[in-house]
Amino acid sequence: MKSDLNMIIVGVGGQGTLLSSKILGQLAILNDLDVKLSEVHGMAQRGGSVETHIRIADHVYSPLVEPGTADIVLGFEPMEAARWAHYLSRDGVIITNSSRIWPMPVVTGAVAYPENLYEKFEENNIRYKTIDAQQLADSVGSPRSTNIVLLGYISSLLPFSYEDWLKAIELCVPAKTLEANIKAFDLGKNAYLVKE
Amino acid sequence: MSSKQLMLGNEAFARGAYEAGAKLAVAYPGTPSTEITQAFSKYENVKAQWAPNEKVALETAFGSSLAGNRTLCCFKHVGLNVAADPLFTISYIGINAGLVIIVADDPGMYSSQNEQDSRYYAMSAHIPMLEPSDCNEAVLFVKLAFEISERYDTPVFIRTTTRMSHSRGSVEIHEPVNVEPKEFARNISKNVMLPAFARKRHITVEARENKLSADADHLDVNEISWNDDRSLGIIASGIAYQYVKEALPDASVLKLGMVFPLPLQLIKRFSDGVQKLVVAEELEPFFEMQIKAAGIDCEGKSIFSRQGELSTQTIRKALSDGQETLQVHESFTDLPARPPVLCPGCPHRATFNVLSKLNLFVSGDIGCYTLGALAPYNALHTNVCMGASITVLSGMIKARPELKNQAVAVIGDSTFFHSGMTGLTDMVYNCIPGTVLVLDNRTTGMTGHQDHPGTGKTLQGELTYTVDIGEVAKAVGVKNVRYVDPFNLKELEAVLKEELNNDSPSVIICKHPCALLPKQRTLPVQVDPSVCRKCKQCLRLGCPAIENHDGAPVINTSICSGCKLCQSVCVFGAIR
Ligand SMILES: Cc1ncc(C[n+]2csc(CCOP(=O)(O)OP(=O)(O)O)c2C)c(N)n1
Repeated sequence: MKSDLNMIIVGVGGQGTLLSSKILGQLAILNDLDVKLSEVHGMAQRGGSVETHIRIADHVYSPLVEPGTADIVLGFEPMEAARWAHYLSRDGVIITNSSRIWPMPVVTGAVAYPENLYEKFEENNIRYKTIDAQQLADSVGSPRSTNIVLLGYISSLLPFSYEDWLKAIELCVPAKTLEANIKAFDLGKNAYLVKE
Repeated sequence: MSSKQLMLGNEAFARGAYEAGAKLAVAYPGTPSTEITQAFSKYENVKAQWAPNEKVALETAFGSSLAGNRTLCCFKHVGLNVAADPLFTISYIGINAGLVIIVADDPGMYSSQNEQDSRYYAMSAHIPMLEPSDCNEAVLFVKLAFEISERYDTPVFIRTTTRMSHSRGSVEIHEPVNVEPKEFARNISKNVMLPAFARKRHITVEARENKLSADADHLDVNEISWNDDRSLGIIASGIAYQYVKEALPDASVLKLGMVFPLPLQLIKRFSDGVQKLVVAEELEPFFEMQIKAAGIDCEGKSIFSRQGELSTQTIRKALSDGQETLQVHESFTDLPARPPVLCPGCPHRATFNVLSKLNLFVSGDIGCYTLGALAPYNALHTNVCMGASITVLSGMIKARPELKNQAVAVIGDSTFFHSGMTGLTDMVYNCIPGTVLVLDNRTTGMTGHQDHPGTGKTLQGELTYTVDIGEVAKAVGVKNVRYVDPFNLKELEAVLKEELNNDSPSVIICKHPCALLPKQRTLPVQVDPSVCRKCKQCLRLGCPAIENHDGAPVINTSICSGCKLCQSVCVFGAIR
């Protein structure tokens, strides 16, 4: 894989998307690459749609990924992944956590949660993979590590060494959760390898 | 020694201030500026503090500068409105040690009530303004700003935007310089702005601006990058510069690091070297108007919107002669929206439940509780700026006295200290029998949980006095001060009814900690489907944890906070 990376991490405010992007940023710095991330703080973090743009290359100008240029759209929630599908490049792929979080209009019953998202991806020739990261994180007793499971899952798609991943995680998570997070990372990584 | 670190734009601003030897940062929180002061507070041998509002912050920062320490002051664009009064006069007085003010604009209104362009403040207060375009420049520009401040005897603005403040990038860090505190001397004619003295200072301010303007032409941060292609020249600053470089790598570009005053000679030279000149700026035509006024032809807002952010794509679409868009896949347009919501366990939900039950008109304020205006509550009916809930209610009751028992004001605890106290004093003084609910969740919720004068802790974590909202209300003359836990719905309703029928001002303090503060979560509850009659009372609470499964409520236990509000509204006892 080329060393340039355009990626978008999307999810729901409060899901821990910011930690994952920070880890990717650290990876870039460890590999002496230029990196820019653009995050959402503030109001949307109260349960709204949130996205982080990640751009890694020898030199990066804009911190924003342009529609049509994302190598990966990493969804923490499937509907949010769909919302950003048009950011994918021709060869880009959606990787998404399969557990859903209902937005308020669905919670109140005003509209239905879209049932056939994956079929629509197929109809539109959008490459995608799903993983039940929530369940995997629950299975090792750390439901808050869903974000790290997802990183483990995509790690095989990116040109960074396992050692660097661990170093970057160590730089970004509190020491007392490091072990649980590495476990979560390995779980995600193995889930991908088993699937392929 | 220098090394590279990954930093948020706002962390980089703090780093710059630290490296420049700033000793104090004063701020009031506000997205997207909040993290600057928080990050600064973590450095050694510095002080950082939250002020109750931006005017207090700027005056305190000025005092610190006057006493001889380099000082940083930060707030969001609307905070600058609050600080505008001291701002214009501090510009006349100038500084003693460097004074840098970081103001954060929010094009696109990710977390704001308007999209104002702070650059006009630089122009009207005659204060120079710098605008960095990436995290590394954020450090460098703050350091430069402190130098300019002391060289020209002026406060200096750094302008940032949401995109700049909340981007992360690699930053070259250095050791801080050691700056000795400046001598502090009494200088009445410089520091006391009586008309006679101010007239003299006004002359100095104009001379200062002329000098800055001339020097701007030679300032390194204003930089032309010529390319072979001279058919198009673009002027940009801040994050817009990055979009331009990304979309049009072959165009010649003049990057403005100083956005006020403008380097007009440099702009003229650039304009002479290109066939067509375009200004790519977000929000208002601030550069464009000045450039045109200088007799230089250019285009700007005829191409780009005044609303929202620019992006690589908007610039590509407007100016590239190649492909207009790189987009491959159609966007999914029919997905349900995901607006921000009150969190599971939020005490404001309990309050809004009672307010909408009583069908009251609610004069609102700014904070998480502004979300009470959205479905399913629809229970907040005006919202202007911080502090306006009480004063707007006062005006309404003056105009229509019968509203006194049909309308209330709601204001958060942080907002009460920011600018609610004066409005409350006015309500007492002008004999307005209004009812004010202070939604006291023990924190500044919306901006990410900062302490304030009512929490008993400072920004740097020290214990301090707790200013009691009820005592403040009593001190300004409010006779009816009540305390209620809003989760006690019946009591809140009863108290509200009593106070609405009073003939004097009332303050009801709805006190319950924010659900996101530590130790607020308890075990989740569940619906017993065999008892549930599907009456939908719990669903009407609009709690993200209570899902509607074909008419039957199901609690998502992974996000339920265990607040039991749904249990209190369930008349069948189906929630346990
Ligand atoms: C003049 C001004 N300064 C800062 C802000 C940013 N801001 C929005 S709401 C808010 C405070 C909210 O705290 P509080 O009143 O306690 O309500 P909560 O969010 O906790 O419910 C702040 C600082 C603003 N909108 N206007």
